[in-house]
Amino acid sequence: MIAILAGRRPAQVPAARRASHLVERNAILYRREWSLIVSGFFEPLLYLLAIGYGVGSLVGSAVTLNGHPIPYAAFVAPALMATSAMNGAVYETAFNFFYKLKYVKLYDAVLATPLGVADVALGEIVWALIRGTLYALGFLIVMAGLGLIASPWAILALPAAMLIGFTFAAVGTAASTFVRTWQDFDLVLIVMIPLFLFSATFYPITLYPGALQLVVQLTPLYHGVDLLRSLTTGSIGPGLVGDLVYLVVLGGAALLLAAVRLQRLLLK
Amino acid sequence: MAISPSDTTALIHARGLSKRFANLVAVDAIDFDVDRGEAFGFLGPNGAGKTSTMRMIGCVSTPSSGTLSVLGMNPITDGPRIRARLGVVPQADTLDMELHVDENLFTYARYFDIPRDVARRRAKELLEFVQLNDRAKDEVEPLSGGMKRRLTIARALVNEPDLLLLDEPTTGLDPQARHLVWDRLYRLKQQGVTIVLTSHYMDEAEQLCDRLVVMDKAKIVASGSPRSLIDRYATREVLELRFKIDAAPALDGKLEGIADRVEVLPDRVLLYTQDGDAAAAAVHERGLQPESTLVRRSTLEDVFLRLTGRSLIE
Ligand SMILES: Nc1ncnc2c1ncn2[C@@H]1O[C@H](COP(=O)(O)OP(=O)(O)O)[C@@H](O)[C@H]1O
Ligand SMILES: [Mg+2]
Repeated sequence: MIAILAGRRPAQVPAARRASHLVERNAILYRREWSLIVSGFFEPLLYLLAIGYGVGSLVGSAVTLNGHPIPYAAFVAPALMATSAMNGAVYETAFNFFYKLKYVKLYDAVLATPLGVADVALGEIVWALIRGTLYALGFLIVMAGLGLIASPWAILALPAAMLIGFTFAAVGTAASTFVRTWQDFDLVLIVMIPLFLFSATFYPITLYPGALQLVVQLTPLYHGVDLLRSLTTGSIGPGLVGDLVYLVVLGGAALLLAAVRLQRLLLK
Repeated sequence: MAISPSDTTALIHARGLSKRFANLVAVDAIDFDVDRGEAFGFLGPNGAGKTSTMRMIGCVSTPSSGTLSVLGMNPITDGPRIRARLGVVPQADTLDMELHVDENLFTYARYFDIPRDVARRRAKELLEFVQLNDRAKDEVEPLSGGMKRRLTIARALVNEPDLLLLDEPTTGLDPQARHLVWDRLYRLKQQGVTIVLTSHYMDEAEQLCDRLVVMDKAKIVASGSPRSLIDRYATREVLELRFKIDAAPALDGKLEGIADRVEVLPDRVLLYTQDGDAAAAAVHERGLQPESTLVRRSTLEDVFLRLTGRSLIE
C-alpha cells in the first residue's frame, strides 16, 4: 500500500540536498563579498601573536599539561582555533541569519519552495559551520607553520573544529530566533566575550577554585578548547568523549529548537 | 455545494476550510474547487481572509479545521511535494535583496532542485518573458514596483508549476504596470496554466477569472463566473447620480419606483435598472437635479455592494 502510494506521488528530494541549496545561495552571495569572510580570520591570529608570543615570552614554560611543560603559544593556539571556529559560526548565524530572517525576509520566499523549516535551519547552520571551519583551517595552517603542533592527532583538529562550528552555529541560529532588535545583539557579545576569556583559553582550568571549574565545564567553548588542545598537543584522554558528547548534544538540541522557533515565526 | 465524483480531479478541493488566529476567525468554513486549466479568483476587501486562504493552499499555513487537498495531496503531510509543483506570488514581494536579478531566479530554481544548466536557461527565458532581460545583472532594490512584481512572477514560474498562486498581483502598481502584468498572466492562461488569484479590484477579477468566489468577513458570500454573478446579483445597467454634498437625505422617497434597487452611498446614488437612460429621464421628470449622471454596465463592484452593503475598496 505504501509502495503504491509512494509510486503515485512525485519523488521527494532528500533533506540534505534541500538544505544544500540554501548553502549554495549563500555561497553565490559571498562570491562577491569574500572580504567579509576573510576579515574574521585575523582576530584570533592577532591574539596568538600578542598573547601567545608576547605574554608567552614572560610566562616561559610555566604551563604544564598532564604534568609536561609546554610552550605557552602551543597552549594558547588551539584555544584560539576553537574561538575562531566559534566566531565564524556565531557571526554568521547571529548577525547574518537575523538580517535574512527579519529584513531580507528570505525564508518567507524559501518556505514557499520544497524547503521546510528544518531544511532552512540545517542549511544555514551548515553554511555557518563552513565559515567556522574555514577560519579554523586557516588557523591550523598558521599553527603548523609556527611549529605549534605537537602531535599527529592534530589531523583530527579540523573535523573537531567543524563540530565546534556546528554547535555554535546551531546555538547562534536558535538564539537569533529570539532576537527582536539589533540592540539585543549586545547580549550575544556579552556572552561571547567571557566565553572567549574564561574557557581555559589563556590558562589551565585548574587555576580556578573547584566550584568555578564546574561552572566553566558547563559552558560550550570550554569543551571546544579542551577538545582541540587535547588533539594538537596529543594529550588524549577520556575527557575527550565528554567534550564530544557535550558538543553533539548541545548542537542537536539547538538545531531542533531553531526549527521549532522558525515554524512558530514563519508558518503561522 | 454537493460533493460530486468530479471533485477528485479538482486541483484544489476545500470543504469547511477554516483558519483561526488566537480568537480571530480569518477563514470561516469555506468550500471551493479549482479545476485544471481555469483561472479562479478570490475577490474581497482587505481582511476578508484571502491571504490566509492562499497561504493554506501554498502549504505555509496549517488549516485550523476542514479538509483541503491540493494537487490531490494533503498539505499537512505532503507540503514539500505540493510546493514542488506550485508557483507562488505572495502579497508582499519576497525577493532576495542580497542577490542580483538573475541570481534571484537561479537560486530559486535551485531550491526546487533544478539542475544548474536548466536553471540558468530558465532564468534567461523568464527574464525575457517578463521583459526584464536588460536588468539581469542589476540589484533588486532599485527596481520599480512593477518590475519587482514581474520578477516575482517570473520566479514563481521557474519550476514550471502546475498551479500558480497570485496574491493581489497588481495591488499598488500604476495602470501601465498593471496592464503589463495582466498581459503576462493572460498569456500563461492561454498556455493552460491553472491560476488562482486574489484581488480587491473588480476589473482585475473580471478580466482574468473564469470563475470566482466573493469573500467577505472570512466567508464566501457568492460564487460563479463574473458574468453569471453580475446577472444574478445586479441589473444590466446602473445609473449613477451625484448630488451636491448632503443632498442625499432630501431624496427620501423621490426615487421610488424608478429602478429595481437604489443604493445610496456617501458620494453618489446608484440606481439598478435594465434601462439606464429611461431611469435618468424619469429622475429629471421628478424634478431632481443631480450634478452629474452616468449610465454604465454593472460590474462585480455592484455585485459586492449588493451582497455586503459595502464597497470593495473603502
Ligand atoms: N498571522 C496572523 N496573526 C493574526 N491574525 C492574522 C494573521 N494573518 C491574518 N490575520 C487576520 O486575519 C484576517 C484575514 O486576513 P487576510 O487573510 O490577510 O485577509 P485579506 O488577504 O483578504 O486582506 C484579518 O483580520 C487579519 O488581521
Ligand atoms: Mg491579503
